[in-house]
Amino acid sequence: MATIDLVGNGSDTATAPLVELAGVRQVYHKGDNPDLVVLDDVSLTIRAGEIVGLLGRSGSGKSTLLRIISGLLTPSGGSVRWRGRPVSGPCEGIAMVFQSFALFPWLSVLENVELGLEALGVPAAERRRRAIAAIDLIGLDGFESAYPKELSGGMRQRVGFARALVVHPNLMLMDEPFSALDVLTAETLRTDLIELWSEGRLPIESILMVTHNIEEAVLLCDRILIFSSNPGRVATEIEVDLVHPRSRTDGAFRQLVDDIYARMTERPAEKAEKRVKEGIPGSGIGMALPDVSTNLLSGLMETLAAEPYRGKADLPDLAATLQMEADELFPIIETLQLLRFAETAEGDVRLTAVGRRFVDSDVDVRKRLFAEHLLAHVPLVALIRRVLDERPSHRAPFARFSEELEDHMSEERAENTMRAVISWGRYAELFGYNEETRRFNLENPA
Amino acid sequence: MTMSHPALAAGASRRYAPNFWDLFAFGLLFGGLILVIHGGHETLAPLGSLKTSPVSLDPARLPEYALRTTMRMLAAMVASLVFTFLYGTLAAKSRRAEMVLIPLLDILQSVPVLGFLSFTVVGFMALVPGSVFGVELAAIFAIFTSQAWNMTFSFYQSLKTVPDDLDEAARSLRLSAWQRFWRLDVPFSMPGLVWNAMMSMSGGWFFVVASEAISVGNTTIALPGIGSYVALAIERRDLVAVGWAVAAMLAVILVYDQLLFRPLVAWSDKFRAEQSAGQGAPRSWVLDIVRRTRLFRIVLAPAGAILASVPAQRLRVPTRRPWRTGEAWRSAWADRLWLALVVLVSAYAVWLIGSFVATRLAWSEVAAAVGLGVLTMLRVVVLMVLATVVWVPVGVWIGLRPRMAERAQPVAQFLAAFPANIVFPFAVVVIARFGLSPDIWLSPLMVLGTQWYILFNVIAGASAFPNDLREAAANFHIHGWSWWRRVILPGIFPYYVTGAITASGGSWNASIVAEIASWGPTTLKAHGLRAYIAEATAAGDYPRIVLGIAVMSLFVILFNRLFWRPLYAFAGRRLHLD
Repeated sequence: MATIDLVGNGSDTATAPLVELAGVRQVYHKGDNPDLVVLDDVSLTIRAGEIVGLLGRSGSGKSTLLRIISGLLTPSGGSVRWRGRPVSGPCEGIAMVFQSFALFPWLSVLENVELGLEALGVPAAERRRRAIAAIDLIGLDGFESAYPKELSGGMRQRVGFARALVVHPNLMLMDEPFSALDVLTAETLRTDLIELWSEGRLPIESILMVTHNIEEAVLLCDRILIFSSNPGRVATEIEVDLVHPRSRTDGAFRQLVDDIYARMTERPAEKAEKRVKEGIPGSGIGMALPDVSTNLLSGLMETLAAEPYRGKADLPDLAATLQMEADELFPIIETLQLLRFAETAEGDVRLTAVGRRFVDSDVDVRKRLFAEHLLAHVPLVALIRRVLDERPSHRAPFARFSEELEDHMSEERAENTMRAVISWGRYAELFGYNEETRRFNLENPA
Repeated sequence: MTMSHPALAAGASRRYAPNFWDLFAFGLLFGGLILVIHGGHETLAPLGSLKTSPVSLDPARLPEYALRTTMRMLAAMVASLVFTFLYGTLAAKSRRAEMVLIPLLDILQSVPVLGFLSFTVVGFMALVPGSVFGVELAAIFAIFTSQAWNMTFSFYQSLKTVPDDLDEAARSLRLSAWQRFWRLDVPFSMPGLVWNAMMSMSGGWFFVVASEAISVGNTTIALPGIGSYVALAIERRDLVAVGWAVAAMLAVILVYDQLLFRPLVAWSDKFRAEQSAGQGAPRSWVLDIVRRTRLFRIVLAPAGAILASVPAQRLRVPTRRPWRTGEAWRSAWADRLWLALVVLVSAYAVWLIGSFVATRLAWSEVAAAVGLGVLTMLRVVVLMVLATVVWVPVGVWIGLRPRMAERAQPVAQFLAAFPANIVFPFAVVVIARFGLSPDIWLSPLMVLGTQWYILFNVIAGASAFPNDLREAAANFHIHGWSWWRRVILPGIFPYYVTGAITASGGSWNASIVAEIASWGPTTLKAHGLRAYIAEATAAGDYPRIVLGIAVMSLFVILFNRLFWRPLYAFAGRRLHLD
């Protein structure tokens, strides 16, 4: 391991902000439809010498924000300043680490790392020296001539880090850098990164990372910005003043994780209706639904009903037991909430009376219960069923509903919502759907 | 990675000694160079030399002819590559250019350019008066038109599908446009480009044979090459000479396949964007040998270094446009203005063609051309169905037997690359001798070269058919027709469609040669659009050539849009395994 010439984190530049965002807004226009607001009035400041985490649900616009800061994307409104100057296009001094690694498969490890220096016009000999130093620093010695496809996921992401570090950026942006890795590998990489950071061996001033993993944010960050969805905005800011290395079993650590879970699942002192809306964006027909399989829904209800939970579970605990990330768990819980099969309070999830009845019933009763609750609480399902009942042919095209949805949400979300509704409706035997003709129907091939 | 490594220092004295592989590689390199120089020298001869030393049927001259033909092919390939880089990049990077360039490419792809050969020859000869070079250029241009379009399409498609993360990485690393082109765009499109270049070569052989003997007015210019050799053999009714030509062609294709394309395919495998190590990476013995050489690599290292430094240059042109004009350039109004311009120009072009055809030709003529087009289409359809019925079962049978598939696959690909028009004379002799109807018996020639695409794609599909599905089918005792209908046919369908699209396109192209064939004084003609175009070309009747070509393009485009594209989309949507 070598040490690269330091740009100390926590030097006297610590007070001058690296990034200043004020009133940033990102809107997508779609024909004559009302604009879709992805980010609304986001303001934040990043100073030298800190690791900042953007924590939020997938689709909350945090990756969009990261791309705005890096200059890859121009926001629809608001101002972005990098070291005091307005940003137009990718800026010098910002390097990015990608969730998917984004390595060039036809370049070797060394060539991948050198690429950023090539773009800066660094002479060949100097390029080689610096690339090797970065490769050594990040623990990739011996892999210089390997191609990305020969490497494991963890090694690939190390190349991603080396490629970002080699240009000695002021700010390193990380877009869910560990989420494509398995649990053990991710943990090793996190530990190595934070070790290098605390020892002051990283040639960078600050890190901004996007994540949906609550524990990861608490483990690494000095400051956590919790993002709320629809539209994305910074809901809360939490300072983390635990010393490194932090331990997941530490009491203060657990407390903080619990707190964040609670904040992300609800707002205290608001009625249930409001809570549902917080998780599942939109209302009425325009509700954007997560494509959660009915197996997951009944599976989670059964888990909640059984030992040791007996109808009530602590969310971080449940997530750990099921080996699910918050981001995977939340949509299931929110769907249960929407259907009134469960409710959340203070970081806990509780099965409702109907939820219990569902668990205790046989398949036919389950389907009936599910159908009743779908019709009562998911307006889109009710609409589809009504249209099918009213039409003499008892058929309606997919586009009839998806186009209406697209007035309220992006195409991708509308597609997701339609998929969810189709699979739920099929399970509840409320309607059928023919993929070939893309039509809903009332036929039941029984 | 430093030079003071003890292991390297110890081996340093031996590192420069040439090894056995070097000998081979040097032989290959310099042998190739000498051939190129020799062949290139001939093209600069004055036009009169073609008369003083006409093409002869002496088999001893065949290697030289083969060389000339191959060099024409390679020259056209280089031209196609340059065209592809320029045209594809422009279409992919500029939204406005894309609006015009892509539909244009679609039409160019379907136009039987051989019909234009007689026009272009005059133009190229005027460009380099009195030299063989002008005629060579015309022939190369004809081959180019059979090669470039699908390569350009492939490159354009690749540029449009560059993964988002790599695009973002390139932008956030702030690569210049030049660096991005060589580091991201070209490597990413390489596998598709190499594959399409191979396809193009096959198509090119077909046309090189037809484009070497060019008639301008009353005189026929025969460039030395295999095509002219075959043409002469046909004129003299020399079946043995045709046999020699077939043998030469086989040898040439074998050599270029082994020396050029196998190494290219094996080499381009590293550009595949999949992030996992594939199981069956293609191999090439030539590439292996070059990689094992010692001195050869060292001698070539400086050249390699220069080549490698090309993509590393930033070459950024500082464009300082006033901010206002940039804004106006990107505005929606500029888009509308551009659209209006495009519509106006195309309306004018349609009017021009309409009035040209209307003044010279009666509407009945147009109707007749369309009728002939239907005839040709009928032939293509019937033959595709026949080829399918024959080759799908055979392909499945072979594909499900891995060892058999391993041996059969290169043979099928080889047959697809062979220009089938060389063996036409044999067929024509048979048809003429037995007095068979040309309308029916000339038709099979259309699929002679193209049916192999169906075969090798079906083989590939059947080999890739998941083993667990086969086991499941066997476990549930699915046999006979229901096995075909429910199990294997849906499984290979996407592959079949890919092969059939290529085969169908190739058959349309082949029809220009297959509907009219001669053997000495006897000429066989089938009724069809291609025969119509060929007759009009022979008579120098430009309005009819234009009409024939326009109707032809229309048929090909409609056939693709209304039949193959929906089928392809269906295969991708419903029958995609994995």
